[in-house]
Amino acid sequence: MDATEIFERLRAQFSDKIVSVDAEAVDPSAVVEGDAIVDVCKFLRDTEDLRCNVLTNQTGVDYKEDGYIEVVYHLYSYTHRHYAILKVRTPRDQGTIPSVESVWKAANWLEREIYDLLGVRFSSHSDLRRILMPEDWVGHPLRKDFVEPTEYHGISTTRESLLR
Amino acid sequence: MSVAGFEVEVDRGSGLETEEMTLNMGPQHPSTHGVLRFVVKADGEVMRRAVPDIGYLHRSIEKISEKVGYHGFMPYTDRVDYVAAMFCNQGWGMVTEKLAGIEVPKRGEYCRVIAAELNRISSHLLAVGTMILDIGAITPFFHAFREREKINDLLEELCGARLTYNYMRVGGVAWDLPPGYEEKVLAFLNQLEPMLDEHYDLVSENTLFRGRAASVATISAETAISYNLVGPNLRASGVRYDVRRDEPYSVYPELEFDVPVGTGMAGEVGDSFDRYYLRVQEIRESVKILRQCFQQIPDGPVVAKVPRKLKPPAGDAQIRVESARGDMSWYAVSDGSEFPYRCKVRTGSFAAMSIIEEISQGLMLADLVTVIASLDIVAPEVDR
Repeated sequence: MDATEIFERLRAQFSDKIVSVDAEAVDPSAVVEGDAIVDVCKFLRDTEDLRCNVLTNQTGVDYKEDGYIEVVYHLYSYTHRHYAILKVRTPRDQGTIPSVESVWKAANWLEREIYDLLGVRFSSHSDLRRILMPEDWVGHPLRKDFVEPTEYHGISTTRESLLR
Repeated sequence: MSVAGFEVEVDRGSGLETEEMTLNMGPQHPSTHGVLRFVVKADGEVMRRAVPDIGYLHRSIEKISEKVGYHGFMPYTDRVDYVAAMFCNQGWGMVTEKLAGIEVPKRGEYCRVIAAELNRISSHLLAVGTMILDIGAITPFFHAFREREKINDLLEELCGARLTYNYMRVGGVAWDLPPGYEEKVLAFLNQLEPMLDEHYDLVSENTLFRGRAASVATISAETAISYNLVGPNLRASGVRYDVRRDEPYSVYPELEFDVPVGTGMAGEVGDSFDRYYLRVQEIRESVKILRQCFQQIPDGPVVAKVPRKLKPPAGDAQIRVESARGDMSWYAVSDGSEFPYRCKVRTGSFAAMSIIEEISQGLMLADLVTVIASLDIVAPEVDR
């Protein structure tokens, strides 16, 4: 099934929860309301002719100019060999999205990474801690307004240029 | 009860219960193939939980991509997975080409596949060799590394580097194959195949090795898919899925090869032995692919004309590459400038690492080493 058909099915099932569909892009995607994401994912996973059984990638992008962080879900179906790309937009401050950990266990670590690097919170996540950065790190490094600290526990993060 | 003829009184009450131990394995441990740590809760020799703690090798490669531009990022991708760097090169090349709409010349694609498959053999040899070493046998490790060294020589001749190749470019590859390369690679392949037979007799049929690997840490297909386990680990659980065959890219549609899956030949489908043996089988498939490549490679340029200041149109794209550690997914966002706005790579080891907490429950402490080795986890690829 191609992306347009999948998104039409989603529109029919969830109507206004599907904010917009970009079918012209290199990889077609649909923007979904945050509070519906778990239901949309379950629908995509459990419906016979959609059967998106795997979450191949989940990541976040900070669109600072537009004032939101976009979490991107790359779904794939091993059964039917098709993709479904979903996007959820959340405010940059205190953004919270329901966790899809209950749908795919892979989301556990992927969401921890998004929380760590972009500061998006995931509600009803079983273990939302930092994963890559140290636990006492301040800030979320992949945010566009992140300022790199000059030192961490007395260790300088910059060095003199060797080129003079 | 009586002990040595004397009646003694034994208190079977409060003093005899065992305590749950908390052990740290790593961050420095020879079997972790890099720097990572497990916090193990053990009851005697039996693990209750093994919680992975990652991030020791986090080099913020995704953040670096936002500062160095599309061409400049290529050498950094080598460091995502330095055991199989060709695939990272290829992934970054492909996602940029998809964003910018660049087409790679046919000969360039063949050069990519030749380099990538050589790299796959060397990575699988490392995986297989170190798994046996971790389990306790040292000779097969030397056999595997002897062969791997020859591939390093071949790749060095191709691109000047033995580990971090930086061979591919956006739009193709950096250099054409050197003169006489075909003969050298074919000569290597001809002597590799008998070596694999020898290896089979020495290791795969070995009772001790089977005892340590068969039916240990079995992963069912459902669990594997839920955790997004990819590549050889997924196929060992019986899911016949290979990105090269099922979402074809590059020139793979023109090449014939089989996709082996786990059969449970020593124990159960999806056990550590299956994951090990699948890699041995994949080496043979890569040999097949390489032979065909040299028969089919056309003449022509190896790299497309790409502007030095590459500014792909605004938008996002994702591609998937079948790396040695499975489907490696690259996602890149362009804002129309010469620097990527965001780049994300989801690697096979990341998923493999996240499954350990679940599958290690109830295993023996010594089996944790088998689990890490059989999942072929390379720590830098987990952290990036």
